Amino acid sequence: MATKRIVIDPVTRIEGHLRVEAVVDGKKITDAISSGTIFRGIEIIVKNRDPRDVWAFVQRICGVCTHTHALASIRSVEDALKIKIPKNANIIRNIMSATQDVQDHAIHFYHLHGFDWIDVVSALKADPAQTSSIAQSISAWPLSSTNYFKEIQTKVKNLVESGQLGIFANAYWGHPAYRLPPEVNLLGVAHYIEALNWQKEIIKIHAVFGGKNPHPNYAVGGVPASINIQDNSVINIDRLSFVKSKIDEAKVFVDQVLIPDILAIAGFYKNDLWGGGLSNYMSYGDLPKNSINEPESFMVPRGIVLNRDLTKVYDIDLKDPKQIQEFVSHSWFRYDEPNTGLHPWDGKTEAHYDGPKPPYTNLDESKGYSWSKSPRWQGKSMEVGPLARFVVAYAKGDQEIKQLVDSSLKKLNLPLEALFSTLGRTLARALETQHRVNILVKLYDELIANIKSGDTATFNGEKWDPKTWPAEAQGVGFCEAPRGALGHWIKIKNGKVDNYQAVVPTTWNASPRDAGKQLGAYEASMIDTPLAIPDQPLEILRTIHSFDPCVACATHLLDPQGQELLTVMTKK
Amino acid sequence: MQESYYQWAVKKGITRREFLQFCTAMAAVLGLEASAVPKIVNALETKSRLPVIYLNLQECTCCSESFLRSGHPLASNLILNLISLDYMEVLQAAAGEQAEAAKQKTMKDFKNNYLLVVEGSASLGEEGVYCTVGGRTTVSILEEAAEGAIAVIAYGTCATDGCVQGANPNPTKAVPIHQVVKNKPVIKVPGCPPIAETITGTIVHYLTFGTLPELTPDGRPKAFYQHKIHENCNRRAFFDMGLFVEAFDDQGAKEGWCLFKMGCRGPMTNNACALTGWNEGTSYPIKSGHPCLGCSENKFFDKGSFYAPLSGDLPGVTKEGDNSGLTKGVIGVAAGAAVGAVGGAVASAWVLTNRKSKKQYVDEEKFYKDKGIPEEK
Repeated sequence: MATKRIVIDPVTRIEGHLRVEAVVDGKKITDAISSGTIFRGIEIIVKNRDPRDVWAFVQRICGVCTHTHALASIRSVEDALKIKIPKNANIIRNIMSATQDVQDHAIHFYHLHGFDWIDVVSALKADPAQTSSIAQSISAWPLSSTNYFKEIQTKVKNLVESGQLGIFANAYWGHPAYRLPPEVNLLGVAHYIEALNWQKEIIKIHAVFGGKNPHPNYAVGGVPASINIQDNSVINIDRLSFVKSKIDEAKVFVDQVLIPDILAIAGFYKNDLWGGGLSNYMSYGDLPKNSINEPESFMVPRGIVLNRDLTKVYDIDLKDPKQIQEFVSHSWFRYDEPNTGLHPWDGKTEAHYDGPKPPYTNLDESKGYSWSKSPRWQGKSMEVGPLARFVVAYAKGDQEIKQLVDSSLKKLNLPLEALFSTLGRTLARALETQHRVNILVKLYDELIANIKSGDTATFNGEKWDPKTWPAEAQGVGFCEAPRGALGHWIKIKNGKVDNYQAVVPTTWNASPRDAGKQLGAYEASMIDTPLAIPDQPLEILRTIHSFDPCVACATHLLDPQGQELLTVMTKK
Repeated sequence: MQESYYQWAVKKGITRREFLQFCTAMAAVLGLEASAVPKIVNALETKSRLPVIYLNLQECTCCSESFLRSGHPLASNLILNLISLDYMEVLQAAAGEQAEAAKQKTMKDFKNNYLLVVEGSASLGEEGVYCTVGGRTTVSILEEAAEGAIAVIAYGTCATDGCVQGANPNPTKAVPIHQVVKNKPVIKVPGCPPIAETITGTIVHYLTFGTLPELTPDGRPKAFYQHKIHENCNRRAFFDMGLFVEAFDDQGAKEGWCLFKMGCRGPMTNNACALTGWNEGTSYPIKSGHPCLGCSENKFFDKGSFYAPLSGDLPGVTKEGDNSGLTKGVIGVAAGAAVGAVGGAVASAWVLTNRKSKKQYVDEEKFYKDKGIPEEK
């Protein structure tokens, strides 16, 4: 059978601009490329700025995981300047991280990924009474009456009949790869709306500590919010109780809506176990109990698993020039030695667009084809994200995560190997949401206990003044963003940023192939994926979305040093 | 079939005559000729929901995320009941060619009757290769979609100013959308991101009152942007008393004093933070202890360090002991008295001595000149 090349651009329901081209032989994908098609050059913009300001610039790399780049940035400066943050600041940052994960994962599951599993139009055929009994059989969530589901169904019906389908227009409704019965589809649509209304509640925790979301505020040396339990203009019991109430609501929503939904949906898709892709998984680890410099205290464990071998976990050193390197063999960038890799502290890049002139119809993978680089760990492609974190934690014997994985796989009657799939990636993200909401409950208690002990400090200002800094310093800040391992590398010289590089989760996952032709995680995961109707590649969307792409993240990081830019620099 | 605007308006007690007047007024606001009025009437009578095309260009998606945080109206209500969101990459079910087809259909079927919302800047560098969607450049996508729009909402500071990617040295030549869209009204709803209710509010203002909101001289809806944050700041009394935070988490910080000396740009920032608040009024940056970054103002990333106070740029504000300000003073709050009253320890207080010009706390012209920033056109 002849091969065919299909293109999806824009890949929607993601952050940023992503293009996928796949070669289909009959009804199976035999080759695929993923291309980040946006570039903003933020690292060059932060050069020569005040390192204390940089978090605000790099935070704008991504407004979805809006907490994580700011956090990685302030941690990189604190690492460079050896600043120790107060205990409250560490707990508050952890609360903000876990809050980000819960909110971002829920939005992803329902609003970005949901339509890959849930057929909205099929929900019109549902019997609301049956949806109600299904809902009540899987959860104690109170919004589950027949009338409630009837009302949701009417809403969708009106929308479809109006002829103005809005966000539901032109999708692959009725596609054979949708496997849910109409009643479960109706349940999914109802929870799509409920989750949309709820996500804005949990994220209010960011507004309490950071003043707003998206893009809350941070401070090198701690957190900007002060605690004073005797004053109602700062963090006191009113604000804390508000945070507590949002955590409690989130726990109910995750336990009673998200988790029952994923298990119900997974039950109908348990035979679709393609999309595993790479077999290497990496987590930098995060949520330090004490200090970010003590990886053994991380509530999200650090490590690397190779070839799905759970008997061995490798360690990572972010400062070792030989471990994490970036390659540009198939990116729109140029190195002096084209096939070598560079550690981020020495990241040197130069824009070299050799793609087609827009408007174009196809990319050429024998040349550069993405604004994303190809990061590698000891030369190997890695998958990062919730599944990678769970694989590493499972291999390390983390009891809580092991229990979450084992019990849900048992309910689904699936083996551990089922995790290595598109479905497994989505399941891991949902279970991680539950893991984080449980951690939030504990973190809140920890914060209260510490304040109760008399410690209200939130900021260490010893190194605030640049006069206290060494002439030169370098540091790395990292965290586990919702989409995976995130690192920011900074070099400071005479109080200003001398060099700045971010290697972000979607750069790992969306990376183009390298000189050795190793595919990136997206690309590898598409190979062998079956397509029921090649012109309606629902299965590709499902697999790509299972990674939760964030392309503004992936492609922000290259410093174009073309002629034109050099001119601008000279003027400066 | 859902009710049309007209049916909805009748239900709200609006007469046919008023409805027609509104259609005529709208045509005038949009700068359309009289012949366009029947088209508007027809659209509002027969079409149930306003078609909206939402473009994501060169951006970080914070504006889309903020849009989803809207509490009144709820984002879900807006998307499913009030408008027809026919193209928005972040939310729409369709992808690739099918997504593009949905957009093309709306542009054709609702020519001159859809609203265009744009998040992100356009990129002019290297003939547009720094940001493409469907193999096309941001400029070509934007020009095409603006062509048949009623009006264009530039949503967020990327779209109104270029924001972070437009900061020096602007490697991709990011430009605000009004530099590309010349033939349509462009309403600017700035902020990084804007508060949710400023964008949903701008759309609902149009749906409710039938007119585009009145704009400030720089093109922003007055309803959300006519006040400076400083005018309504919850810490304002401390500014007037001369009680300032000197470092994060110092005693003043623990008592909620003014963040002016921490670099706060509230005095030069027009935004709704202190009034509407963020995340349904939960807080806003100053309330949570961080100085305002001024994110709704042009070139806010290129105005020096975020922690450098606007000292010297605030007319009438002077350090204690410098009598030049006090002599001109209209309201001179004696520093000693203020500090004494609160029992604070910050004796090196600053004093506000001139409140004649309520709107103009900052000599912006001088500010830009001092920092070597060219004035915005």
